[in-house]
Amino acid sequence: MHLNRIDGLLMESSDAVRVPLIGQALCAGFPSPADDFVEDALELPRWLVPNPPATFLWRISGSSMEGAGIFDRDLACVDRSLKASHGSIVVAAIDGQMSCKRLVIEGNVARLAFCNPDLPAFAVEELGEGVIWGVVRFSIRWHIARGQRA
Amino acid sequence: MALIDGNSFYCSCERVFDPRLARVPVIVLSNNDGCAIARTSEAKALGIRMGDPYFKIRDLCRAQGVRVFSSNYTLYGDMSGRTNAVYRQFSPQVEIYSIDESFLNLTDVAPALRVELARDLRATVRAWTGIPTCVGIGSTKTLAKLANHIAKTVPDLGGVCDLTDPEAYAHWLCRISVAEVWGIGRASLAKLDAMGVESVADLRDLDPRPVRKGLTVVGERIIHELRGLACLPLELVPARRKGCAVTRSFSGRIEDRATLEEAVAAHATRLGEKLRREGLGTDHVTVFYHTSEHDRGAPMRSVSTTVSLPEHSSDTLALIKAARHGVAKTWREPGERPWRYSKAGIVTNDLVPLSHSPRALIGALDRERSGPLMAAMDACNARWGRGAVVPARAGLVSRREWNTKFEMRTPRYTTQVSELPVAWA
Repeated sequence: MHLNRIDGLLMESSDAVRVPLIGQALCAGFPSPADDFVEDALELPRWLVPNPPATFLWRISGSSMEGAGIFDRDLACVDRSLKASHGSIVVAAIDGQMSCKRLVIEGNVARLAFCNPDLPAFAVEELGEGVIWGVVRFSIRWHIARGQRA
Repeated sequence: MALIDGNSFYCSCERVFDPRLARVPVIVLSNNDGCAIARTSEAKALGIRMGDPYFKIRDLCRAQGVRVFSSNYTLYGDMSGRTNAVYRQFSPQVEIYSIDESFLNLTDVAPALRVELARDLRATVRAWTGIPTCVGIGSTKTLAKLANHIAKTVPDLGGVCDLTDPEAYAHWLCRISVAEVWGIGRASLAKLDAMGVESVADLRDLDPRPVRKGLTVVGERIIHELRGLACLPLELVPARRKGCAVTRSFSGRIEDRATLEEAVAAHATRLGEKLRREGLGTDHVTVFYHTSEHDRGAPMRSVSTTVSLPEHSSDTLALIKAARHGVAKTWREPGERPWRYSKAGIVTNDLVPLSHSPRALIGALDRERSGPLMAAMDACNARWGRGAVVPARAGLVSRREWNTKFEMRTPRYTTQVSELPVAWA
């Protein structure tokens, strides 16, 4: 019974709690269960990232986009608020896997293309609805020697 | 007023980064992978209820291909921040009510445009963050919350319900059970049932004054709110925290004093961080630890003791000292059948802003030295990650065997460069 008293006390004392989420959120109702696990979002300068809530970093794995200047282990900065159009580099779900490809729209046919002369032209011949996750705004590439990279 | 919330929020966060989770049943478990705390509609359809212990549904999950995850609060916290950043583009006044619910002030939006705005809001949140939401609109918080419930349960509404529309208000209030009203608990339901109150409209039409006797002022307030008289304003700046608690279930059971002392020291460390973040201090800590009620037949023990500090403080080292003292004065050496403790915690109330707190005449703590030390520790932990620097008493985070378990946790996709999602190229 003693325990209930303590739990009751927790409820009473937690009616208003401050929670910094991306350094901005105040939680007025319930204390956030995420409170003890909050970490700062990965920060990029605002002039590179005009829309932070829609921006996510992805790690690239593979060589099929080298023709677009995106290499294995690079980071891709993906903005979900950008509208994908012909020529956009996109992250899209292909057969249950997230994949980085170039969007090619000809007439009313949308396709996903590789950017590597060693590979066939297209990864996906007819693109369905809702497959595109976001548009790559830019990519980040380390030019220092491997080993030296922190 | 609008209430927007994420549909099966934790599950939706998991789905954003893994396309294989689309359209399959997904659940997220509480700390220590105890019970289901978030379920997608597919999981609900399988009969998995909120709070079902995982060990009871494990076979069902395996048989039905339910994807099961430990809670990834770092991710959910970040995604919550993102959704709220989008909400702020639609309303200048946002009250974050919980990790997945926010109230928005829409009073400046013309009544005819509210639903359109809500649809635009939903679509934008979905596009930018990947999180599906529902929006309820009402002239008061209680009505907005009710509207949100309707938006969630009636698929034809397309995720938006506006109870400021008189037609919708008249239509829904007599069709929704009074049990769905925000703030009506089980005890009130029994009383209302005896009074013949079934629908929300029945409750609204009660005379509020006599109700105060049976349902207290809260019941009276709910009636006013259902009639459109706002009693709960938006809380844009939350009241100062009055109390603070750090409590954890152990991953297993603890029988020895050294481990228990390490655990309460770790909790005290966390408490210190929380207090310093808000510039608050405490002059006492209540330490508790107890065995589990689930361990039938095992010896039971529950301890709670309060230890005073000489003056208000947020110094982790002072808090640890007090917490360990709490264990020392209550510890009992086990006999033949040891007590197997399942949970420990540290609680404090009556927090005060340290800058205003009076200094002790006798036994004052050395704030001049501890302040910079704590600031340095907090700075290290902010830069190199939580738990990078801890007092030795609290033990290295990686070696804390008793720490809460999250065995099926996904990566911290949005906050750790080493855990970013991978796109194949």
